[in-house]
Amino acid sequence: MAKVLVVTSGKGGVGKTTTTAALGAALAQRGEKVVVVDFDVGLRNLDLVMGAERRVVFDLINVVQGVAKLPQALIKDKRLENLWLLPASQTRDKDALTEEGVGKVIEDLRSRFDWVICDSPAGIERGASMAMRFADEAVIVTNPEVSSVRDSDRIIGMLDSKTVRAEKGERVEKHILITRYDPSRAARGEMLTIEDILEILATPLLGIIPESQDVLRASNVGTPVTLSNAEGAPARAYIDAARRLCGDTVPMQVPTERKGFMDRLLRRRAA
Amino acid sequence: MSMGLLRLLRGNKASAPVARERLQILLAHERGLRGQPDLLGVLREEILAVVSRHVTLDPTKVIVRLDRGDEVSTLEVDIEVPNDFERRRAAVG
Repeated sequence: MAKVLVVTSGKGGVGKTTTTAALGAALAQRGEKVVVVDFDVGLRNLDLVMGAERRVVFDLINVVQGVAKLPQALIKDKRLENLWLLPASQTRDKDALTEEGVGKVIEDLRSRFDWVICDSPAGIERGASMAMRFADEAVIVTNPEVSSVRDSDRIIGMLDSKTVRAEKGERVEKHILITRYDPSRAARGEMLTIEDILEILATPLLGIIPESQDVLRASNVGTPVTLSNAEGAPARAYIDAARRLCGDTVPMQVPTERKGFMDRLLRRRAA
Repeated sequence: MSMGLLRLLRGNKASAPVARERLQILLAHERGLRGQPDLLGVLREEILAVVSRHVTLDPTKVIVRLDRGDEVSTLEVDIEVPNDFERRRAAVG
């Protein structure tokens, strides 16, 4: 039974596209057949983060409008057998996304894949509401920072009222994914803690992605972070999150970078 | 304890508890408003309708503003009317 998962946040720049690519790759590595769909019409970036920017011929809008067939627009990942990308259009605007058209494309994708992961644009406008419209599950990407938590709360309200599932009286299963988390700053009282965020948003936690240079490095080279440095802290956190999405019970922890000599020296002196 | 001491020496207070409290207050308020019609928009339309019965108005010159204070909030209604509105009204009858 295919699942449609929206990766959303309200606020921009919190890591939706990074998360879409990383979770998509992690699920595909587990043998699931995955398509990642870019809903950021006019400002597409998932193709770039996935390293497929030079292979885009047709896009979501072309398929919605019937200009191209779905198999023509799907781009197969070069690294993973089970991973595909449906890019957004760079030139059209969001009004080209009709509910009927998007609904048909999502239905078609459901019949071909195990997971349809929709990368939402920032904001609460048409692109964002279309990305979540047909979702069964949602990953709400949140930074430990007041404006991000507020926007996540707003998005949770939309997931509970503006989705097809909500209108049928069913629930969209929601998960919080905290990104750019710095445990030492949280311990010093400089950053909202995991407990603060979960209590405020009253939504279960899918994972904690620590702040890491790996994320920027991965997007620089166009590789999902789970593939570019599979041993790194963010990759391990995303792989755990993907396992939880599949129903595995994985103990929650903040994976940390392996400390260098100087870090250990400083830590010993501080203790 | 040692954290507290460290902070005292540095002279900066932990800001995360402030963030947490501000968010809790704000979100309790915003969740209450969710799904309800936009109060200011409704007020603006109704005030415009009442005043327009007596005075010819430019709808863009009706401004309704709400300023939330700790104890009380103020509702400010600013309506710009043309100087000759009484004469115009007489002419209309």
